[in-house]
Amino acid sequence: MTTLDASRLPFADPPHDRAADRLGATGFGFYVYLLSDAILFASLFAAFAVLHRATAGGPTGPEVFKLPGVLLETACLLVSSFTCGLAMIAANAGRKLALTGFLAITFALGAAFLGLEVSEFTRMIAEGAGPDRSAFLSGFFTLVGAHGLHITVGLAWILILFGQLWRDGFGPGFSRRIFCFSLFWHVLDVVWIAIFTFVYLIGSQP
Amino acid sequence: MFGKLTLSAFPLDQPIIMGTIAVLIIGIAGVLGLITVLRRWKWLWVEWITTVDHKRVGIMYILLALVMLLRGFSDAIMMRMQLALAHGGHPGFLPPEHYDQVFSAHGTIMIFFVAMPFVVGLMNFAVPLQIGARDVAFPVMNSLSFWLTAAGALLPNIALGVGEFARTGWLVYPPLSELPYSPGVGVDYYLVALQISGIGTLLSGINLVTTILKCRAPGMTLMMMPVFTWCALAANMMIVAAFPILTGTFAMLMLDRYLGMHFFTNDAGGAPMMFLNLIWSWGHPEVYILVLPCFGVFSEVISTFSGKPLFGYRSMVVATMVITLLAFVTWLHHFFTMGSGADVNAFFGIATMIIAIPTGVKVFNWLFTMYGGQIRFETPVLWTIGFMITFVIGGMTGVLMAVPPNDFLLHNSLFLIAHFHNVIIGAVIFGSFAGLNYWWPKAFGFTLHSGLGKAIFWCWFVGFWLAFMPLYILGFLGMTRRMNHTDNPLWVPYLVAAAIGACIIMTGILLQFVQIAVSIRQRRYHRDMTGDPWGGRTLEWSVPSPAPSYNFARIPQVTGLDAWWTQKAAGRTVTPPAFEAIETPRNSPIGFITAFFAVVGGFGVIWHIWWLAVPAVIAALAALVTSSWRPRGELILSADTVARTERSLRPRSA
Amino acid sequence: MSDYQDSRAAAPRTPGEDARGGVGHWKTYAVGLGLALLLTGAAFAMAGTTLMTPASIVAGLIVLAIAQMIVHLIFFLHITTAPAHKTNILALLLTFVIILLVVIGSLVIMGQSNGLMMPMDQLMSRQR
Repeated sequence: MTTLDASRLPFADPPHDRAADRLGATGFGFYVYLLSDAILFASLFAAFAVLHRATAGGPTGPEVFKLPGVLLETACLLVSSFTCGLAMIAANAGRKLALTGFLAITFALGAAFLGLEVSEFTRMIAEGAGPDRSAFLSGFFTLVGAHGLHITVGLAWILILFGQLWRDGFGPGFSRRIFCFSLFWHVLDVVWIAIFTFVYLIGSQP
Repeated sequence: MFGKLTLSAFPLDQPIIMGTIAVLIIGIAGVLGLITVLRRWKWLWVEWITTVDHKRVGIMYILLALVMLLRGFSDAIMMRMQLALAHGGHPGFLPPEHYDQVFSAHGTIMIFFVAMPFVVGLMNFAVPLQIGARDVAFPVMNSLSFWLTAAGALLPNIALGVGEFARTGWLVYPPLSELPYSPGVGVDYYLVALQISGIGTLLSGINLVTTILKCRAPGMTLMMMPVFTWCALAANMMIVAAFPILTGTFAMLMLDRYLGMHFFTNDAGGAPMMFLNLIWSWGHPEVYILVLPCFGVFSEVISTFSGKPLFGYRSMVVATMVITLLAFVTWLHHFFTMGSGADVNAFFGIATMIIAIPTGVKVFNWLFTMYGGQIRFETPVLWTIGFMITFVIGGMTGVLMAVPPNDFLLHNSLFLIAHFHNVIIGAVIFGSFAGLNYWWPKAFGFTLHSGLGKAIFWCWFVGFWLAFMPLYILGFLGMTRRMNHTDNPLWVPYLVAAAIGACIIMTGILLQFVQIAVSIRQRRYHRDMTGDPWGGRTLEWSVPSPAPSYNFARIPQVTGLDAWWTQKAAGRTVTPPAFEAIETPRNSPIGFITAFFAVVGGFGVIWHIWWLAVPAVIAALAALVTSSWRPRGELILSADTVARTERSLRPRSA
Repeated sequence: MSDYQDSRAAAPRTPGEDARGGVGHWKTYAVGLGLALLLTGAAFAMAGTTLMTPASIVAGLIVLAIAQMIVHLIFFLHITTAPAHKTNILALLLTFVIILLVVIGSLVIMGQSNGLMMPMDQLMSRQR
């Protein structure tokens, strides 16, 4: 830290770069929110981990999990994270067409993920393995469903981003928003890694 | 049509409740009428309801806390009166099903809607001023946080007249709180209210963490931050880390109750103990979330009124951070008796004892700050000294119970009740009132009446000791908590003494409102012309009182600890050489609108009125999205306006 | 943290920005995607294998998951150990500590209590 002559500088100069400061504050604040969200997931993980053997005579993990579907879901999310990154780059370069395209692909992949998850849930409920069957299934549906809910929010967010882009075009406000969205989307991926590993892969070990 | 809501939900046959409701309705109608007569609706909307100024949001938080203190305390005094009367076959005046709601509401309201808003309000008010910032990082979100907290506070009060409140104790332990054992809407009121206010608290925590880390005045390094700001940083970090666990846990209990899931049920593999485990891994950090900001207040007060820099600033910071971390490894001491193994109990017992060490460091630092200082015994100092005496006792009884074998004897006895009231009243309430007296002039431009302030302190101090020391003894005598009536003549004198103590505290609470009213009437005599009535050390005292909306006409350049004290010592003027135009954020109704729909939606969820709940929740979300949709320019105050404001607030130095 | 106002070059970066304040290059994302797909494939293959003991499968899956999370943090979220990311890294580490405390703590506490429970039939006969 540079030493300042205290007696001469009681007041600071007005800030020069307010947009950068605001991006910094908004981004950091959103990051802190995401960390807190991770802890929310941690409490759901803790509940699942404690309850995963409490099947109450009902179906167990290896009986209800279908890993090929999970692999497909994972692929959707991973690729959507990639296209989301590309959308960010396009936004930064001011390429509207590329941005629209990549965001649309991200949306489609997210929607595909959600569709796969919904069909998995309906299949399980139809098989009599609904969330009210046992503590294990309550934990499973809540944890995975919470992630799915976040994906749904992300999809709605993409639609809002489209609206804002269409109405206002690029601007500091827009880059701040898409920046936060990409953080959100990438973090959901990290949560999904934990879910497919601990819930599906380890959970389907006999 | 109205879900579970029928005419029988209104307790028309309960005279006590109906009387209370009548008084409440008359009171509310009186306030609304007064606003109408004085034509203050527009003023209220523009200056307060839609404000995004962190100082006004902070003031509204504290106002909420004071109002809810009345509610929480009425519950308390009803319990004390009931227990003083109901012995030897006399049933008292509160039937058990009502008494159970009273003690549940007392704990819930006091922790979530008195202690939390009070400390959050103080942090909101003082932190940006202390770090030389013009507002918090996200001003609109700040207003949203407040209104969500207020929305949460409203629901338990609606429960007073519509339906019932939880009868399960303030942390709704399952399986009692599960649907088969609590089929009414009481637990739902509790869960929905705390989910709404919990979101508000979480957002406020994110906001203040970002503010402290990203918006400090140039030159202010972390190790130049005032201790109150450090404590606020620690507390808000804990909010961000702990409140999601609360949200998650309550969400699981709600899923149990609403969708028939089996997280905490007795059957189908549910684990009620898992609820205790999760709720306390929020609950113990919560204790420190409440107490750390108050430690910060005491630090500011004691160094200001001793005229000395705080002793051991670095050790204070380290102690605060150590407490922050350790707070997350002590949660099991709330349920030693649950039956984990000896090694687990020992680990958490020892961790609990260790956390007393940094706390002890703080107490010694405060004592050494006073040592050799020229102490002025103003009201905040009385609260601080009273705190030190009271809190040390409470801390020691805590360490006593941290020994698992002791805890097996004292668990759920009145000894425990005495212990946690001893620390929470001794630290949080005393600290909040110290902060109220200390920062009041900065908020309103005049000091609070000092004589009445001291009288309030003595009422609380004497009342507290008289009310809670007997409970320690009753704990040893074997009386357990949450009893509706007793049958042991040996306990009666202590219960009567405790009731008398509660009455003395009540005098203090009533005097608090008298003090505020008298001070407002006499505001000309108590006017603070200098902006620095106490000879302060930190930056909030460098701006005029009441602090203008933009806080600092020019952002200060900070060069060391106790920035304002250093500047005063160097003989610098307070008036900047030239004024600059200032951007301030525009008012926003979004917080109020969202909170309104949250209350409506919450009510619908509680009573299973889905046609009401679903649209209201959608409306709340839509309000939030629209606010992000609308581009909002900031309001620019010209340099002239700033100069005029500064001159009017500081007539002498101009 | 202490010297953030002195030069823009060392200014703290928001998570998601790389050390120079950019949002990264498409090649970074491509490498990240490649690694992530590889690790995911390995994890699913390992889960189905019969060549390893069950315990080592679980251990291997956990290692792969941690590796993939780190890949995501570095290549997608651009979190690095650069000085500009000091606060972000500290916040992240603190979060991980708390997540581990809550999850592992719950498992240990609940596991122990569960292990010490009296078998249900004995409990029932006592209560009678």
